[in-house]
Amino acid sequence: MIEIKGVHKSFGDLEVLKGIDLDVKKGEVVSIIGASGSGKSTLLYCINAIEAINGGKILVDGVDVHDKNTDKNQLRQNLGMVFQQWNSFPHLTVLENAALAPQVVKGFSKEKAEEIATKELTHVGLGDKLHEYPTKMSGGQQQRLAIARALAMDPPYMLFDEVTSALDPELVGEVLDTLRLLRDDGMTMICVTHEIAFAKEVSDKVAFFHKGLIEEMGTPQQVLENPQKERTKQFLSKVL
Amino acid sequence: MDSYNFHWNVVWDAFPQLLGGAFTTLHVSVLSMLVGIVAAVFLALGKMSNSKILSFLSSIWIELSRNTPALFLIYMAYFGLGAYGIHLSPYLSVFAALVFVNGGYLAETFRGGFQSIPPTQYNAARSLGMNSVQAYRHIILPQMFRRIYHPMTNQFIWSILMSSLGILVGMNDLSGETQRLQSSSFRTLEFFIVAAAMYYVIAKLVLFAAHLVSKRVFKGELS
Repeated sequence: MIEIKGVHKSFGDLEVLKGIDLDVKKGEVVSIIGASGSGKSTLLYCINAIEAINGGKILVDGVDVHDKNTDKNQLRQNLGMVFQQWNSFPHLTVLENAALAPQVVKGFSKEKAEEIATKELTHVGLGDKLHEYPTKMSGGQQQRLAIARALAMDPPYMLFDEVTSALDPELVGEVLDTLRLLRDDGMTMICVTHEIAFAKEVSDKVAFFHKGLIEEMGTPQQVLENPQKERTKQFLSKVL
Repeated sequence: MDSYNFHWNVVWDAFPQLLGGAFTTLHVSVLSMLVGIVAAVFLALGKMSNSKILSFLSSIWIELSRNTPALFLIYMAYFGLGAYGIHLSPYLSVFAALVFVNGGYLAETFRGGFQSIPPTQYNAARSLGMNSVQAYRHIILPQMFRRIYHPMTNQFIWSILMSSLGILVGMNDLSGETQRLQSSSFRTLEFFIVAAAMYYVIAKLVLFAAHLVSKRVFKGELS
């Protein structure tokens, strides 16, 4: 379970998160929607400790993420993260991209790491691309590689940061299909997304961010179909 | 006008000594290059680091090495350190000076290489659970070296040619041997022509070796 309690985060004078409370239970899919600059992505970076926080607490399975005694590298093994810019490693093949962390971080043998990587890559539909270099692939394929690379570490949680925003429209579908696949596997996921229809379809819970606060939160039906807050209605009327 | 008569036999007879000198040249320049590369990685990281002290110390090394004549550095290593009771051999003096200069020049090249890699690559590596050293070792350094490969080979050649300054502290490198042989035989042109050709061959050999290494190490395309 991920527990986010009263989290504040500032960049210099700019307060980006102004007290966020959010719980994500095992097996839940939580979508975070909201305008650019509302703090959605920053929250994900705070959850896996890429960014420090200025107040509040984030617990992952009871472990305080920002405690200075917490082993961040150990913690991040439990939090797979996929970025807007897929960040495939251009000097490694698809297989090496996915097999590297299990080898280096978990100390698995090359054979075992490649076996795991092959399984995950096949799962996301890249089984025939193992020995290609990612720079030769489409954005959608590279994003699926990034998902498989994170899955190869076998994390109980996955964080998705606007994973379809940088993709050509015709490539969005294949990545969303991959996310549906994960949802069906029972993966616990937090998705920062602009795909409202997708959020409605896959989420157990939707949180609408506005200026560093959760303006409205609930089931997709509550927040997306029957929003109570004026700002939520305005936002939805613009993006739908 | 008197025409100069070339006497190549003298050079041929002395060829083993020239080869010996050439080996020393190759040795000191490649070794100073390799140690310089390691120094440069730390200097570049030091200069980019948040620590003011590290950044300051790295800057001093980089500034001094890039803006002073290599010759002075060799003199300081050979004659200057003697004042402190540290007596370096000609070889070590040249080696130390070349490491100092290679490190400084390459540090700036490497820094440019590091900065050209999107910081998100580092974040992606860290998000997979890699620690900082693992992220640099497996993700950042391989990409950095690929990007700065060509400027780096320029520095290889510089290193080979500048090692000839060793002649001034009596090193028995290719230049030293050439100087000694021509002054005892008076066949100046012959010896320097052959030595120049040998420098050319050494430079090409080193570039070729670097090319072979790069082909093995740098697989795949850059984005």
